[in-house]
Amino acid sequence: MLDRAPQDAKDQSAEATRPVAFRGAGFTPSGSRHAGWIALALVIAVWQLAGSAGWVNPLFLPAPSAIAVAITKLAMSGALWQHLSWSIMRIGAGWIIGTAAGIIVGFAIGLSTMARGVGITFISALFPIPKIALLPLLILWLGIGEEPKIATIALGVFFSTAISVYSGVDAVPRNLIRMAQSFNVPFHAIVRRVIWPGALPSILAGFRITASVALLLVVSAEMIGAQYGIGAFVLQAGNLMQTDQLLAGVVILSLFGLVVGKLINLLETRLLHWR
Amino acid sequence: MDLIADHISHRFGALDVLDGVSFTVRAGEIVAIVGPSGCGKSTLLSILGGLLRPAAGGAELRGAAPAGSLNPLTFVFQDFALLPWNTVEENVAFPLLHTSLSAGERRAVIDDALRRTGLTDFRAAYPKQLSGGMRQRVGIARALAVRPAILLMDEPLSALDSQTRELLMEDFVRLLADGAMGAVYVTHNLEEAVRLADRVVVLSRRPGRIREIVTIPMTRAERGTADARGPMAALQSELWSLIRKEAIDAEREVQHA
Repeated sequence: MLDRAPQDAKDQSAEATRPVAFRGAGFTPSGSRHAGWIALALVIAVWQLAGSAGWVNPLFLPAPSAIAVAITKLAMSGALWQHLSWSIMRIGAGWIIGTAAGIIVGFAIGLSTMARGVGITFISALFPIPKIALLPLLILWLGIGEEPKIATIALGVFFSTAISVYSGVDAVPRNLIRMAQSFNVPFHAIVRRVIWPGALPSILAGFRITASVALLLVVSAEMIGAQYGIGAFVLQAGNLMQTDQLLAGVVILSLFGLVVGKLINLLETRLLHWR
Repeated sequence: MDLIADHISHRFGALDVLDGVSFTVRAGEIVAIVGPSGCGKSTLLSILGGLLRPAAGGAELRGAAPAGSLNPLTFVFQDFALLPWNTVEENVAFPLLHTSLSAGERRAVIDDALRRTGLTDFRAAYPKQLSGGMRQRVGIARALAVRPAILLMDEPLSALDSQTRELLMEDFVRLLADGAMGAVYVTHNLEEAVRLADRVVVLSRRPGRIREIVTIPMTRAERGTADARGPMAALQSELWSLIRKEAIDAEREVQHA
């Protein structure tokens, strides 16, 4: 039999009470939805004010309105689409080739002892090389067409992808693999149903990095040897001191990066909804 | 189907973990394995289930698996080992995807396993949405779906709070009551061992050797009665007296490692 005690919330002592001080504040930063946009708008407003008031020389820093006009003119003339389409073609081809090769090699390193022994040594030796430094060599090998530019991007994407894939495979909890083995699930099914989804967060994080690498390399490659492309356009504008057009190119690159980032966010939301 | 541990020895590098462990789990029997920390209980279970190759000796099966058994030796894991990207239903279906069952048979098996573990209403939930106890129920449902002859349970309740442990222990007693399935139950908890097992294998500290095999002198049904509390507590106390000194030594060894 339970002996129940009375439920008295507070005893009737005459001594004064005081609240316990709260000490748990801070260390929990949360993102504000609008703060970033407001800050960006403020910076643009101040920049515009500085330009309109003549505080800065428009040759060195054109006002945002001048950049907007330059973008509009570029769009109306069709030049924007011409440059952008070349850049997108190079990025797309290089990224797809580099990503496909990186995923294959990354999985091989993650799953095979022999591939790991050989692959990690090569990747460790070659990954630190700035890939743009290989462009002249690639031009010698592949000619002066699109191939060396695409190959440069593919190389840059390949190494980061391979590293993120084998890191992702390594990070798949071993207990899940053992569980699948304990049910006699075949090797290919373990790879498809356990290792691939388990490595996906790392692979998608790698996509975010390789998208930036591809953008960086396409601009560099186009600055070295291309007639069309955002990189070539920015370089030509710089050479002609057309800073409004130069910054228009930079803004387009920034917007392109934002769009790619949003696409990867969408992919993550769709594929990693279980997290 | 019997499962035989035949002079199993194992070492990790220079560390001897198991030394000549032999015993037999007879069809429908529940054998608990207890012993001090680090005595090789989980290693022994991995060897019995074919997930680890022993340095010497081995695990053997005797007799045919029950009709319809898709995976005679089936694990229930301490950390549940659920696929977080799959729903409850998909987790239970996972071991059935590469079997010869038709889609209709598979559905019937999944429905039955979910019903027996009280998960029917949670079939569309993801593991992160479930409590620890419910996650372990999914692990049990997944194990039941392949109709095992022997369940290999590696401290299946140790990651759970005491109330959930109590509820799941009642489920184990119910699920194993008909004697259709045997089990090897690795645990630190002597109360669980006495409550569930027909025999308790007591291992010594590392390298694990069989110190004693204790038979529980009551049927599983008798253990649920109020009259059994006293004798069960006495058995628990007897098992503890077998382990206590070595558990203290093992703990000091771990602390000094």
